Amino acid sequence: MNRINQKLEEDKKILSIYFTAGYPKLNDTVKIIQDLEKNGVDLIEIGLPFSDPLADGPTIQKSSTAALKNGMHTELLFEQLKDIRKTVSIPLIIMGYFNPIFQYGVEAFCKRCQEIGIDGLILPDLPLDVYLKDYEAIFVKYGLVNVFLITPQTSDKRIKQIDNASNGFIYMVSSASTTGATTGFGEEQKTYFGRIAALNLNTPQIVGFGINNAETFDQATQTTAGAIIGSAFIKHITQFGIDTISDFIKTIR
Amino acid sequence: MNYNADEKGYYGEFGGAFIPEMLYPNTEELRQNYIQIMEEPSFKKEFDQLLKDYVGRPTPLYHAKRLSEKYNTKIYLKREDLCHTGAHKVNNTIGQILMAKKLGKTRIIAETGAGQHGVATATVCALMGIQCVVYMGEIDIARQAPNVARMKMLGAEVRPALSGSRTLKDATNEAIRDWINNPVDTHYIIGSVVGPHPYPDMVARFQSVISKEIKSQLKEKEGTENPDYVVACVGGGSNAAGAFYHYLDNPNVGIIAVEAAGKGIDSGESAATSVLGKVGIIHGSKTLLMQTPDGQITEPYSISAGLDYPGVGPMHAHLYRSGRGEFVSITDDDAMKAGLLLSKLEGIIPAIESSHALALLEHKTFKPDDIVVINLSGRGDKDLDTYINYFKL
Repeated sequence: MNRINQKLEEDKKILSIYFTAGYPKLNDTVKIIQDLEKNGVDLIEIGLPFSDPLADGPTIQKSSTAALKNGMHTELLFEQLKDIRKTVSIPLIIMGYFNPIFQYGVEAFCKRCQEIGIDGLILPDLPLDVYLKDYEAIFVKYGLVNVFLITPQTSDKRIKQIDNASNGFIYMVSSASTTGATTGFGEEQKTYFGRIAALNLNTPQIVGFGINNAETFDQATQTTAGAIIGSAFIKHITQFGIDTISDFIKTIR
Repeated sequence: MNYNADEKGYYGEFGGAFIPEMLYPNTEELRQNYIQIMEEPSFKKEFDQLLKDYVGRPTPLYHAKRLSEKYNTKIYLKREDLCHTGAHKVNNTIGQILMAKKLGKTRIIAETGAGQHGVATATVCALMGIQCVVYMGEIDIARQAPNVARMKMLGAEVRPALSGSRTLKDATNEAIRDWINNPVDTHYIIGSVVGPHPYPDMVARFQSVISKEIKSQLKEKEGTENPDYVVACVGGGSNAAGAFYHYLDNPNVGIIAVEAAGKGIDSGESAATSVLGKVGIIHGSKTLLMQTPDGQITEPYSISAGLDYPGVGPMHAHLYRSGRGEFVSITDDDAMKAGLLLSKLEGIIPAIESSHALALLEHKTFKPDDIVVINLSGRGDKDLDTYINYFKL
């Protein structure tokens, strides 16, 4: 069984952390992963930086630009991660935009992921219909979970299609926004979380966008399986460095 | 072969909608409605009326006699430079502002590189009294001050794109991010035949008035609707899409797309996407684009700000791959010379974008009885500084 599915069966709210590979320093990737696991994080999203991250707000944009400037690229990330399963057992997801993966070759990319022990992919600009038509078989062949996004604007009908196509969890974007844009949850989110809960989906949901402390983490996870923190974590390591990861995690739970 | 978009927005292998789920409802609303709205009699009537009374259409199809003599062939210029705001861009912004109104949108966003599309968008927003935000790369804002001032005079807010390389592609990213954050009340007026479906097809349809007019005007002047060649410059490719549109399925009409070679194809400073690009995804569309082997999008270069886009519309990628279109690239130097030549021979100062199309005449020999229509997409007023610096005027 895939590590993501195993983790989702545990009786706890999942804390997932996103960071951009190659940031703050080119070779921080492995240490960040090890520290996150050590501090009780449940799932890690490793961001493969892209020149034009159009779903991301300023924090992740800047970290991506810096990572690319540091020299991060696809093959180097695989190289950094090649022995990662000797030291950690936490589920690992690569999150990135489709073009770099398309250039690497989707099958070659998925194969490398399996060899390394990557459990899933989040590719926000790979649309559902294209995935089903061209790539689902490849993801399945290499044992990778594909994670789709939904937003408050996504219709029930489409959510059900996405539910059917999902094999891990659904990434529930908390509001109509790019990453890092919102602070706190209001009535719109309450209604949205309630609507999704009432759909009784087969696939567990994990909430992302706008989670930056214990309060928003608790709000986001009341009716869902967990929550994802990205921009707030990147802000923390930008300000305080990567030796203080435990301080950040303590502010969440 | 079909050269128009299919139902999912594909031109052969190119096109589609590679967008994050956050944009799905916006583009889906547009996709489901755009053709129906464009075919409504009330929409058509208002669009045609504005093109006539406000834009100044039909634009002349002008037989350039002295230019024809020099190159020993029959050259017609389609005078899009005479459109209100100085270029063909306004054909599309008129269409899209009417579309936005039909969809009940109350706020407009747009991206701009040199500022031409930004001005054309700010213009129609002023005309309709709708709020307008234009994203423009911080670097472009500094080097295109007159167009920034125009947009401000027209009541638009110009927001600097501070991310990435701070030019057109980043302004487009910022506009897309704005749309993600404002999915309900906002319409995004894309300026070229790029972006996710249905934009390339919708913009091509709005610009197709160019070739519709060429057909009837040529019929009147030459007794035939069909020239031997239609020539247009291509950055994203909206003026070319409009000039080619009604000729795509007629193999007797040669289609020539002129790209910007910049300082030369192999100089590292070029925008010749058909030669230097590989298949990939940019701004929601699968097309040819300039990128590193790793799939990071690179910065193109051309002396003409309107041609330095790292991608090309999916229609053009398909015309290139299928062989239907002939693609030629023209250097900065050759374009500048062609711009000066047209000024001296015909009394018309062209935009540097259009000068690239004109420079083709030095690179390809046409027969004396060939009819060659060159789309003069814009006027040169905006480029005066560049002409002054280049020719030390």
